[in-house]
Formats: sequence, structure tokens, C-alpha cells
Amino acid sequence: MSALLEIRNVTMKFGELVADRDVSFNVEAGTICGLIGPNGAGKTTLFNCIAGYYKPSKGEIFFKGNRISGLPPHEITKLGIARTFQVVKPLKEMSVLDNIMVGAFLHHSRASEARKIAQYCLSLCFLEDFGDKPAGELPIGSKKRLEIARALATEPSLLLLDESISGLTSTEIHEMLEMIRRLRDKGITILMVEHIMEAIMPLANTIVVLSHGEKIAEGQPQSIVHNQEVITAYLGEKFVKKMNMQNQIMLTDAGDKKGDTP
Amino acid sequence: MQKSEYQDCRQKKPRFIPWLALVLALALLPIIGIIKGNFLSHVLVMILLNASMAQAWNIIGGYAGQISFGHSVFFGIGAYGAAYAVTTLKITPYPGMIVGALIACVVALIIGYPTFRLKGHYFAIATFAIVEVFNRLFMIWDTVGGAIGLDYPILKDGWRNFTWSRTKVGYYYGALILFVLIFSIVRTMEHAKFGYYLKAIREGQETAESLGVNSRRYKLLAMALSAAMAAFCGAFFAQYNYRVDPSMVLSLDMSMKFVLITILGGIGTLWGPLLGAAILIPLQEYTRAYLARLGPGIDLIIFGIIIILMMEFQPRGLMGILENLRKPSHALVKRSNTNSVQNNRLKGHLGGKQ
Repeated sequence: MSALLEIRNVTMKFGELVADRDVSFNVEAGTICGLIGPNGAGKTTLFNCIAGYYKPSKGEIFFKGNRISGLPPHEITKLGIARTFQVVKPLKEMSVLDNIMVGAFLHHSRASEARKIAQYCLSLCFLEDFGDKPAGELPIGSKKRLEIARALATEPSLLLLDESISGLTSTEIHEMLEMIRRLRDKGITILMVEHIMEAIMPLANTIVVLSHGEKIAEGQPQSIVHNQEVITAYLGEKFVKKMNMQNQIMLTDAGDKKGDTP
Repeated sequence: MQKSEYQDCRQKKPRFIPWLALVLALALLPIIGIIKGNFLSHVLVMILLNASMAQAWNIIGGYAGQISFGHSVFFGIGAYGAAYAVTTLKITPYPGMIVGALIACVVALIIGYPTFRLKGHYFAIATFAIVEVFNRLFMIWDTVGGAIGLDYPILKDGWRNFTWSRTKVGYYYGALILFVLIFSIVRTMEHAKFGYYLKAIREGQETAESLGVNSRRYKLLAMALSAAMAAFCGAFFAQYNYRVDPSMVLSLDMSMKFVLITILGGIGTLWGPLLGAAILIPLQEYTRAYLARLGPGIDLIIFGIIIILMMEFQPRGLMGILENLRKPSHALVKRSNTNSVQNNRLKGHLGGKQ
């Protein structure tokens, strides 16, 4: 009955700076949950709390009913949460396949088995042709896919994607979205931070919106798009007033035709 | 899944035949009689010993990327272990060698445990410091002979005492065993989980941890293994020189040897330490022998110049140079191929979607 991931009243402070204040939400198994919010809203900080890079100042995080807040990152990965990094961190001097193998070694100690898993993840993420290239030489789109492939190799039940879509060309975005959908169909729960709204709206089952470290909305994508508070947080009060006058909702200046029709 | 697509990602298994051939060739050298002259055999023994030392260092310094300047301490502990067993306890050097290696492990863990938690260069600095600490300690420690050190008595030749007074062939095989042991360990490690984890830690500790690597534990393991292997080399060194004193083994000079041979040959590569030793040791021994009248330390001057040139032009060492020689044109062709293949495949995939 309980959700796969439960975040309960998490507060994260750096000195006096409050990055996240009293954030709570659940991620249900088998869904894609989007975590959105303007720059500096505390999304990545929350991610780092879940993945064990920070210990929350207050509050607790539960995964499959077990408390994981306070555990070191490698322990959390072992429990089945894998993450990617917003700023890609390839193991540069190692080949792409070797990068993924490092992840695969978590549950498979033998190199031949780890290689098999790695090759499977390689193909899942459209990286087959780069297998023996040094990871540092990949173009950015492939590096982002490598982040995911590597995380997948640890065989997670929850995948944390930190802005995997931003910085990609529109072709690469479509491919990435397709890939994420495929992962969900394989039964992997996904929590993704993103600030490209058009990308996340058609994909996510639920969306959580953070602003200035606080959760301001949670719900299905359609309801979020029309949420007054969310629009204000993203576009500012002036714009909202102007928009209301024109009686027109939506992020027209973001420029994608099909973003608002999920 | 179509198997053919994966042929590109070659199975990178350690190739056994060349390794076996190398070991056999080295083992046959004395039998063929190539190393009759004592000086040449001395040079060969030193190459094998130094290659082993550098390889021991390579585990933590090259693969795990944690630069240690303290390996002369582990080396020294091993040397004193063997020497103490022979001179004071009057037994064979082997138990002393084992105990020395264990103590070296403990010392390595004591240095590593607090410093591996910290980011940055604290580990390197700490290893610097312990060289001085141990040097002074052994200088004033009477049980192990203080500044005079330990001198071996005259013993019967043979494996039991690990002593040969007439020819160096015995030592040569001793060094070869050491070499095969350490290189085999690293060779196996390189293609196993342990090696992958160490490389991952070197390339990015945060990434490694996100993939479930307990970085501190693996660094400590690597450090302990490296220290034990360095201690074995030290034990051999004491046996070979028939004596040991603090300045012989416990010095920054000796520590730098571990580091520089590996850097010259190619840090973090299997064959780098052997290449580095094969170039540097003859250079050192022959300049000492033939250019000695120019003053002491001439070998170190040449050594220094080589290292500076290497850092300037090929930081990946001799292995880097060899790699460049092997595949510049080949690499270009391959790159353009994979790009076009990737593009075609992407197009195909997207075409199907839209």
C-alpha cells in the first residue's frame, strides 16, 4: 500500500540558507514523477538528499518502507535507487562500455556477466556504436544517455534523472523521451527533475512543483499547468496579470506546438 | 538481441599467450647464458625488482589515482622484516617477509583510514610525512641496529636462506618470482570488479559512489595490497644487498623511485612499470658505472631531464607514446565510421517514430 518512495517533511539547510523546507510527497511504483520548479527551487538538493549525498537537516525519506535518509550514496544505490548527474560525470578515460560495467558490477561480480548487462544497457540507451570509445570523447547527448545507461546497469527500481533532457537538441529530446517511456514500461519507477515543461508534461504521471524550497503544487500534469500559483512562480505576477487580461493560459513563448496537449 | 551489433565492443579479456611468452623468455635468459656477466645480471635483477616495486605502487597510485609518496616506508618495513628474521632471530627470511608485509598493511590502513575521507591532497601529504617519521624512528631504534642498520652474517647459499654469493642467477629467479606474482595480481585485477572500481574511483569518486562503489573501502583495500607488495620487494632488496639501514630504504629518494618509474612508463597501465624500469634502470646503472667520474648523482640528473620531457610532451608515459605509434590513422578512420553509423541508425529510429 505504501508508496515506493516517501519523502516526509524534508528540510535541508546549508547554514542559514534553507534549500528545501518541509517538503513531503510520495512516488508510486511504476510511475513517472516529475519534479519541476524555477532555478534555485531546491530540486537538485532534494535529489542529493534522496541519493544520500546530503543528509537532510530534518525529516525522513523512506524507500520500500525502509528509512534511507542518512545512508551513504553507495548503500542507497545497493538498495535500488540509481541517479544521474545534472552536470554529466563520465569516467573519462574509461571506455563507454567500461563505464556501464562499473554499474553492472554492483550485482554481478563476474566480469563476463557484468559485460553482458552492460551491453544490454548500451543498446537500451542507443549507445552500441560507442562501446569502446573513451567516455570523455562522446558528444553531450550521448553523455547524457551514458549517465542513464550506467545508472540502469545497477538494476534500480527507482531511477533519479537530474535534468537529462536539458541541453539537448530537439531530435535528442525526442529520443530521450522515448527512452524514458521505455524504461517505465520495463517497470522502473522514475523521478525526474526537469525544467523544460513541454518535455515533462506529456511524460509524467504526477508532477511536484517546488519554488523557493517549498512544495507549491502536486498533481496530474493538466492540473499543474492551470495552477495559478505555479504560473506565478514560473512567470512572475506581472505576466500572470497580463495573461489573465488576455484570458489566455499557457507557456506560449516556450515555443513547442504540442507541449500543452498531452 | 542481434549479436552482430556487439562485435564492435570487443571482449577485452587479458591475453594469456603473450604474458606466458614473456615470463618464459625471462625464465630462460640465464639458461641460454645471456646473463653470464655479473654486471648485466645485476642490471636485469634491478629491472625486475624495480618493475615490481613500480607495479606495487601502480595499484594505489595508478589505478586508484591516490598518489602515495610513502611507499619507501612499506618497502623499508619489508626489508627490515626479512633482515631482522635473518640477523637477530637467526631464521629464514620468509617469516620476516610475511610479518613485514602484514605490518606494512597495518601502517597503510592507519594512514589511509583518516585521509581517504578527505578530498584533495591530504593523502599525498600524509604519506610524505610518514617517510620522515619512519626514517627517524629506525635511526634511533636500537633493536634494529639504529643508524648502522642490520648486517647479514655469512650463510649457506640457496633458496632456504635466499642467498647466493657466487652468481646472481638465484637472485634473478627470486626477482622473477616477485615480478610474476605482482604483475599477475595486477593483470587479473585490471579485468575484474576490483580493477574497474579502482579506475572508477580515480576517474570520479562521486560517480563511482552513485554506482554503488564504497570508495573508501576500495581505496583502503588497494592501499593495503599495494603496501604488502612493496614490503615483499623490500624484503628482496635486503636479501640482495645483504644488509639494510634506514637511509638505504626509508627515504624520499626511494619513494620517488616508485612514483617516477611508473610515471615514465605509463601510470595506470599494466606494462608501464616494466617499460619504465627497463629504460630507467639500465640508464641508472650504466651512468653510475661509466660516468661516475663526472660526480655523484649524474644518473639522477639525466633521470630528472627525462621526466620533465615526458611530462611536457606525453604525460601518459612510454605507454602513451607506444599507443600513438600504433593507431593514429586507424583511429581516424574508425571515428568517422562510427559517427555515420550512429547518424544512420538515429535517423532510422526517428523515422519510424514520426
